[in-house]
Amino acid sequence: MLFAQVIDTPDVDVQILLPMIFMALGGLLILTMSSVKKDIPAWFITGWTVIASLGSIVAVISLWDRYIDEGPSSTIANAVGFDGFSLFLTVVIAASVMMSSLLAHTYLVREDLEGVELHVLLLLAGTGGVIMAFSNDLLVFFLGLETLSMAVYILAAMHRRRFESQEAGMKYFVLGAFSSTFLLYGIALVYGATGTTNLSEIQQFLQTQFLIDDGLLLGGVALMIVGLAFKVGAAPFHSWTPDVYQGAPTPVVAFMASGVKAAGFAGLLRILSVAFQPVVDDWGPPLEVIAALTLIIGSFSAIVQTDVKRMLAYSSISHAGFILLGVIAASDRGTAAALFYLATYAFLVCGTFGVLTVLGGEGDQDFSFESFKGLGRRKPLLSFALMVFLLAQAGVPVTSGFFAKFEVIAAAVDAGSYWVAIVAMLAAVVGAFLYIRVLISMYLQEPDEDAATLVIPRTIGAVIAAAVVVTVLFGVAPGLLDDIAQDAVAELNVALTFEF
Amino acid sequence: MINSVLLATESAADVAFPALTSLVVIPAIGALVLALVPSSRVEAHRLIAVISTVITGAISVWVLLEFNKNDGGFQFRSDDPTVWVESLGIRWDLAVDGISLFMVVLTGILFPLAILGVSPEHSPKSYYAWIVVLEAGIMGVFLTLDLFFFFVFFEVVLVPMYFLIGSWGHGNRIYAATKFFLYTMFGSALMLVGILSIVFISENATGVVTFNLLELAEGQHWGQTTGRWIFLSFVLAFSVKVPVFPVHTWLPDAHTEAPTAGSVILAGVMLKLGTYGFLRFGLFLFPEAATWFAPVMMILGTIGIIYGAVAATMQKDLKRLVAYSSVAHLGFIVLGTFAITTESLTGSVMQMVNHGLSTGALFFLVGWMYERRHTREIAALGGLQKAAPIFAAAFTLVMLSSVGLPGLNGFVGEFLILLGAFVANPWIASVAATGVILAALYLLWAYQRVFHGPAEGENAEMEDLKVSEGLVLLPMLVLIVFLGVYPKPMLERIEPSIDALVAHIDRNVDDWSEPKAEILVPSDDHGDDHGEDDHGDDDHSEEAE
Repeated sequence: MLFAQVIDTPDVDVQILLPMIFMALGGLLILTMSSVKKDIPAWFITGWTVIASLGSIVAVISLWDRYIDEGPSSTIANAVGFDGFSLFLTVVIAASVMMSSLLAHTYLVREDLEGVELHVLLLLAGTGGVIMAFSNDLLVFFLGLETLSMAVYILAAMHRRRFESQEAGMKYFVLGAFSSTFLLYGIALVYGATGTTNLSEIQQFLQTQFLIDDGLLLGGVALMIVGLAFKVGAAPFHSWTPDVYQGAPTPVVAFMASGVKAAGFAGLLRILSVAFQPVVDDWGPPLEVIAALTLIIGSFSAIVQTDVKRMLAYSSISHAGFILLGVIAASDRGTAAALFYLATYAFLVCGTFGVLTVLGGEGDQDFSFESFKGLGRRKPLLSFALMVFLLAQAGVPVTSGFFAKFEVIAAAVDAGSYWVAIVAMLAAVVGAFLYIRVLISMYLQEPDEDAATLVIPRTIGAVIAAAVVVTVLFGVAPGLLDDIAQDAVAELNVALTFEF
Repeated sequence: MINSVLLATESAADVAFPALTSLVVIPAIGALVLALVPSSRVEAHRLIAVISTVITGAISVWVLLEFNKNDGGFQFRSDDPTVWVESLGIRWDLAVDGISLFMVVLTGILFPLAILGVSPEHSPKSYYAWIVVLEAGIMGVFLTLDLFFFFVFFEVVLVPMYFLIGSWGHGNRIYAATKFFLYTMFGSALMLVGILSIVFISENATGVVTFNLLELAEGQHWGQTTGRWIFLSFVLAFSVKVPVFPVHTWLPDAHTEAPTAGSVILAGVMLKLGTYGFLRFGLFLFPEAATWFAPVMMILGTIGIIYGAVAATMQKDLKRLVAYSSVAHLGFIVLGTFAITTESLTGSVMQMVNHGLSTGALFFLVGWMYERRHTREIAALGGLQKAAPIFAAAFTLVMLSSVGLPGLNGFVGEFLILLGAFVANPWIASVAATGVILAALYLLWAYQRVFHGPAEGENAEMEDLKVSEGLVLLPMLVLIVFLGVYPKPMLERIEPSIDALVAHIDRNVDDWSEPKAEILVPSDDHGDDHGEDDHGDDDHSEEAE
């Protein structure tokens, strides 16, 4: 009597999946369109990308109301978690896709690379990132990570005629694939130790069970840390960052520093700070060392650079170190601080690389300190914007960067990691020096006679202006964003132990 | 019903004119307006800067007049401070007491003078914008009772000063500006960790997270050792800012290379951020640690006095000489602060104002001299008195105030500091007192070389003080004489707050009581001369002896 049996499929809550659907569908549709119709105008492609990412932001806004009213929940057999955390990071990732796409708009024309590919890949990478943010299961997380990574490998090599870009793509691919295997093996070991890949269940398991022989579990966590540290560019797994940042097209670098970083930290925060929170005493100290190394290597290596783009790559390493402070805290305060940092940093870094996209000139390679000489006289507004971004990256008050650093350091101090907090403050001072170097070139040195005239395209100007507004707004009134970040993490643990 | 209406009108009256907030906001608005005015409207820039700083100055004077001199607590404080960041309990909470009041007024007066006294050589728009931003930041440090905002303002002042020195300075300006920025930023880096530590230690004890200075200081939830370590992180930040002896090396460079207005502001008010910090966030927040470290700090202050004086004597550059004299003068303030007696603390607060007036005026004069002669080298100057008698007279008055001549303001402050320090530690005070003589030596010697003797070449034709320059200098000269002859209005406003501070330290440190001058007052026969409160203490200590 088996004919009445129904295969039990998990419920699918489509509304929760809307943010991913918008981006994935956006990417696939425009790809299909481009194969049907050869010459789609550039403005249409960019507009399409912007609308697709705006669509996921709008979807998040309606979901946010639902989150505030009903609290967190999960769908597809508890594999996709719906909570403030995932919504918050979705907005960050979608905004990065949008800004990078706008930066790329005129860049592609200038570099004679017109086509739909970059935008499609941005949308697909964004989809992967959003999946990572929503994942409540290590396998779903891995799925998202690979979707993101594959797209970004190609994006890094996007500049067909620049050898450095090819090299960047190749390096990123080989090392990235290598790190993914670490992550995957770590997941396997964790599955062996806990019997599940579901993050809620892992947390539940660790809260209720005490492993006498925890080698398998800790080995798994260690391997996952290696894999994730690579993705966010933390030392000692950072060495790909400078080469890839220097070689990859500048708008793509903007996405790598904002969206990819946010997605990577989504994983670190969800997996370590939440699911593995019960064993924080085991992974906390090693991660403290990683954070300190990241801060020191990032800030000190940046000083000796002569190429601004490469310098910013190192500075992004040191920013990863700061965000790691929020991960180490393994508390609501730490997670909220990391979210605040990721959100403000996304705008900052897109703005910074927006300015660099303009300055790089044809060929996308003129980033020496020389080319910044006297920029304050040549382009006062552009220099002002860059000054705001650099001061924010240095953590000067009245910019969002200050409060971001303040919050992660507060979280670290609150969690008792005093020595890392001190290292972070000293790294901030060293960091200030390198941003000052750019400011000196811009404002205190005379421009060269033969300096190229710069034209700022409207789309890039819009991104830079938006980034300045966000940076100053959340610098003057950080409470606005902090309240949202606090709401986002308020029920984080509840979300993961939901529905058993 | 009626009650609530009454309450509502009352609180409405309180917030009707947020005087203190406007002291921070008006300069900030001035900077914003400046940024929006096109660069071609050169006259407008100066005008906007003058208007916003004059209004700020007028409000600060109004606060001075409205200040209740019998109240040692915080005044002009909003009952319901605006919450800035909910999750960390950060509030926009401003207030003044007798200690910060005169810092605020000094800031309010010096800024318009600095703008009127000298014009920039190029890019006036950004020059004036940075100056008014600087004023907003400095006002913020002096006014806030929230440790978060204190740190914000303490850091934010670095940026405008960096650009003022780096962009409008002389000679080796980029080096000086960078050194200034990194030194001070490094100094305050650890202070942030210190601030966060006490905030979270207090949170663990009370369950409420707050950055409010008064709540944290009253709570004193940290243990002795922890308190001392955290105090050290604050000391490092303030020591760099003051600067105290071993970390002073940024100051001569920054002062010398800064444009005149930059030097005036740097010496006049910015160095006071450090000495004010010692009083407000050192002694008040960590009474135990402060009394424990007091001897060390007194010795460092004294080293600063002697070292600054000796170094000043050696200088060939007149501006550098004035810069080193600042190191010596601030040594006195540090000495007075850590002697922790009512007299020395009152003297320190007064000396902060005195130094702002006299050194500010000296930097003006040296700056104007440089404009005329294009050199600051003492050897190249000489006999200026003949060509510029009024200039020389003004210089003499300011110099004598700096030396501490009785009848001028400098004397009152230094006397009170030495008086208090002598009671606390006669040996250190005796050494420090020689600094007064050394000050007379290097300043008079410099004056002699610059203004006396035969005038040769361009020195014989130096233009005398212009009327406009005289008008800028006049308020400072009037104050120098007034405070020297009649310091009472100032001292009686400072003292209640100092008394409150000393009482706070006394309450929170078990084995400490304010050093009293026992030798000078024979207490057995003239017991009546004592204040009633002190009587018991005196008897007790005599028995112990």
